[in-house]
Amino acid sequence: MTQPLDLQAVSAHYGTTKVLEDLSLSVQAGELVSLLGASGCGKTTTLRLIAGFLSPTTGSIQLGGRDLTRLPTHRRDIGLVFQNYALFPHLSVLDNVAFGLKQRGLGASERRKRAMAMLERVGLAALADRAPGALSGGQKQRVALARALVIEPPLLMFDEPLSNLDAKLRVDMRVEIRQLQRSNGTTSVYVTHDQEEAFSISDRVAIMNAGRLMQFDRPEVLYRRPANTFVARFVGFENIIPLKVIARDGDMVTAETAGLTLRLSQAAYGAIPDSFLLATRPDGLMVSTDPAAEGLPAQLGLRTYLGRAYQYQCETQAGHLVANGSLTTPLEAGTGVKLVPMPEQCTILASEGAR
Amino acid sequence: MSDRPHPLLIVVAALVYLFLMLPLVIVVGAALSDTTYLTFPPQGLSLRWFENIFEISAFRRTIVTSLQIAFMGTLLALLIGIPAAYALNRFRVELPKWLGTLFVLPILVPEIVFGFALLKSFAVGTGVPIFGALLIGHTLLVLPYVVRVISASLASFDFSIEEAAISLGSAPVKTFFTIVLPNVRAGVIAAFILAFITSLNDVSVSLFLTGPGISTLPIQILAHVEQFFDPTVASVSVLLMFLTVAVMAVVERTLGLTFLAK
Repeated sequence: MTQPLDLQAVSAHYGTTKVLEDLSLSVQAGELVSLLGASGCGKTTTLRLIAGFLSPTTGSIQLGGRDLTRLPTHRRDIGLVFQNYALFPHLSVLDNVAFGLKQRGLGASERRKRAMAMLERVGLAALADRAPGALSGGQKQRVALARALVIEPPLLMFDEPLSNLDAKLRVDMRVEIRQLQRSNGTTSVYVTHDQEEAFSISDRVAIMNAGRLMQFDRPEVLYRRPANTFVARFVGFENIIPLKVIARDGDMVTAETAGLTLRLSQAAYGAIPDSFLLATRPDGLMVSTDPAAEGLPAQLGLRTYLGRAYQYQCETQAGHLVANGSLTTPLEAGTGVKLVPMPEQCTILASEGAR
Repeated sequence: MSDRPHPLLIVVAALVYLFLMLPLVIVVGAALSDTTYLTFPPQGLSLRWFENIFEISAFRRTIVTSLQIAFMGTLLALLIGIPAAYALNRFRVELPKWLGTLFVLPILVPEIVFGFALLKSFAVGTGVPIFGALLIGHTLLVLPYVVRVISASLASFDFSIEEAAISLGSAPVKTFFTIVLPNVRAGVIAAFILAFITSLNDVSVSLFLTGPGISTLPIQILAHVEQFFDPTVASVSVLLMFLTVAVMAVVERTLGLTFLAK
């Protein structure tokens, strides 16, 4: 039942505007993959291409060895869950869920039996005879989920399914979606702009920008080892410092930025190229009052309280940086400190030319 | 704040109703008069002017023609207007803006000009029979109403509902009938009523397109008034009023009129 999805060099245009460029993406059978990015990044376009609401200009889409590229949507056999639920307003909850079964030619009693069983699984059997308009947002999305799952599709797709729900319910629903998806083992594509949502429930996440795939990997890798500055900034690496190597001494490398030097160990950071970017979250720059510490001299600016740490806006010769300091010793604005990079929380990126 | 409306509001509302209803009361009164001329208040009570309608063959024929034209014209307009409104809304982004305006043009052009244009362009010299010309004229006349009203209905329709149905295995054409149409049913019925009544009441377009032997009721009323001053005109008007009320009553009983207020 569960099948792998394979996109090969897919491009798409709206009129003459290129909205998706040469996207290749393989989703393994039973895997949940999120497409993550800001609006206009091409994630929804990708979903609509897979669903068949749009046609790619070039490339091919395969589902379990079946070529979907030119197949009309209604023959693709894909379960879809929409942001605004898209329930049929003129049909009861039960008839909504049974709709796909009816299209597959099942008899009335069999339809009823399967739809009821599915409603049971999402906890809505008691509301089977209600009209969709009488349901809450969370209930509507459960019906939509049941409607998509009951046809036992080889591929399930979600288009920002939780965006219209409140924060608490969003977290509950995403756990529920993940559990249902896991227990069914259905290959799934999940479109969202919410990083936490994508990272929390996905096996792998595809981060997209301006119609291109920026990085496709497990959340753990994306979070700790972004492959480029876009992904780095996207996952919260607020400090990206351009550096040039001026001296190498075995394992140790001396690098320079705006007249400041840093000594870095290749044993800790991995191989360091001659020109590179040091990227890190505020957590990766330790605020040190020890003048002898090996770091970037900085002047502290505004301090904000994060609960787990204090965050400082810092001014350095190399520009504006953000660093976190310990809760035990709050420091005042104007204090001169050293910002010490923590290797395990930093990553080395290749230079991407002048920005 | 109390829930009770302000007394002044009640007075104003009553005056507005009076203003709206009074002419109709006068027409009903005049129709019931026993005199051979139009007068109000009625002198003597009689239904003879109602009988008279059906004794004049021109009225009999034109009532039938008017109903035929209104019914067929409205159906034709729905047949063209529903797909047009659907396409205009479904592909709002892809389609050029002026295309929507195109369907409203017959309302924007003065009706008399529109009628004259139809006369010049195809009623004269193309060999289209008079009934056909009338039918086409009325179809075009009511098409804007159909497109507008159904577009308004479709504007609040979420097309992802349609996409959901298609993704569940329903072919697009089938989806249109099983999912889209049931959800804009109120709009279709409203469009039908509006178009039907517009066609039934039309004078300016019919004036140019009627010809020897074939006329519509409003044109016949005009012709009658030019020659006679008896209360038949009033009784025909009452008949038209009741016809309209009957249509509304049927709709009210079957669907409720609340959708018109939406």
